[in-house]
Amino acid sequence: MIKVTGLNKHFGDLHVLKDIDMEVQESDVVCLIGASGSGKSTLLRCLNFLEQAEGEINIDGRIIDRKTMDLNILRRDVGMVFQHFNLFPHMTVLENIIEAPIHVKKIERQQAIAEGKELLEKVGLGDKVDCYPSVLSGGQKQRVAIARALAMQPKLMLFDEPTSALDPELVGEVLSVMKELAQEGMTMVVVTHEMGFAREVGDWVVYLDEGRIIEVAPPEELFNNPKNQRTQEFLSCIL
Amino acid sequence: MEFFADLIRTSPLFLEAAYITVKITLVAVTLGSFIGLFFALLKISKSKILNKIANLYITIIRGTPLIVQIFWIYYGLSSIVQISGFWAASLALAVHNGAYIAEIIRGGIQSIDRGQMEAGRSLGMTTRLAMRRIILPQAFRRIVPPMGNQFIIALKDSSLAAFVTIAELFNVSMRLASSTFKDIQFYSIAGLYYLILVILFSFLVHKLENKLAVGSSGMK
Repeated sequence: MIKVTGLNKHFGDLHVLKDIDMEVQESDVVCLIGASGSGKSTLLRCLNFLEQAEGEINIDGRIIDRKTMDLNILRRDVGMVFQHFNLFPHMTVLENIIEAPIHVKKIERQQAIAEGKELLEKVGLGDKVDCYPSVLSGGQKQRVAIARALAMQPKLMLFDEPTSALDPELVGEVLSVMKELAQEGMTMVVVTHEMGFAREVGDWVVYLDEGRIIEVAPPEELFNNPKNQRTQEFLSCIL
Repeated sequence: MEFFADLIRTSPLFLEAAYITVKITLVAVTLGSFIGLFFALLKISKSKILNKIANLYITIIRGTPLIVQIFWIYYGLSSIVQISGFWAASLALAVHNGAYIAEIIRGGIQSIDRGQMEAGRSLGMTTRLAMRRIILPQAFRRIVPPMGNQFIIALKDSSLAAFVTIAELFNVSMRLASSTFKDIQFYSIAGLYYLILVILFSFLVHKLENKLAVGSSGMK
């Protein structure tokens, strides 16, 4: 579904992604792990073209060329969930969700509202339809953000450390929504520090260090029997 | 006591003048807001040329006295097209305030977290749509207090229109002062009218701020 070849990214003199090759198959859940500054978030943002990088990104068999393709149309198929939620504070929960379907996809307002409410039920927030984001807990905000991304009916979901800004007791509710999504067959790329989630839900775990992919393996292999010494060192620090 | 007698006696004249003052100010701030939004968008655009154009405008307008700008437009423009004193003064004030409002709007837009634009873009919005639906409505709330301030400045600055023969508050007080030699008296009366207008307006801005604050929290 996605194929990345020879991706390089520089921030000024800083070389943050080095020759990244990566492939994500449909319905796969790929977890990106690594220390902060390893480039995992940047890699994820490149997949949504929020960052410009050199190299080739192939989505659904098409090479994506920034110059000739309309990235806005491409982004409709790629949902993104941010560490800091980035909900629209001037809109209610429901308005947050129906905003893009109405103004980007141009679907009927009534239909958008019906679908939006359904999505809110799904993430367990059916009673928060008319609330503003400011009264929600972090976990609730992130679940709204997931529903907002799902409202565009994306083929692929990107999660950028979705639980890192949450109080520990709120992490579970977000992870369980993500787990449900994975079980429904959603293709997901998840930058995470939640090794439990990566182990349980991930099909593949990708370990990055200093902008390079060091090791790619199914979770039980990577966590129990890491081949690379740097992966071993990283895992021994956090497990 | 003579002061109050004069105040009451001249009130029809001054009320009419106050109406003109308010009219000039409203036109100036409304037009100035559009000019300001335009140059604010130029200033935050990625194009270096557009940035330079906006900076040039802001530098010239902020760097020259308002009275000079009023004369430029009143005498300069009227040599090309027919323009009334009212419109010359209003236009000059609009152009003048536009430069300050541009900076207010730019600050408001840039104070909105970058993540908001990214969230909009990640949902497939164009920059323009995200700006209109996501960024500007949020920036608007932050812009209201400094805009209120700018409106008060514009209201008082409109007194300079007196020098292009507009019968607004200051012009009327000048004429009354010179014909009666009661300078202190009539300039004080003019000051009083300005003060009342400013207090009235501050009250309205305060109401608007409160109203906007309610919308952003709690239930709808």
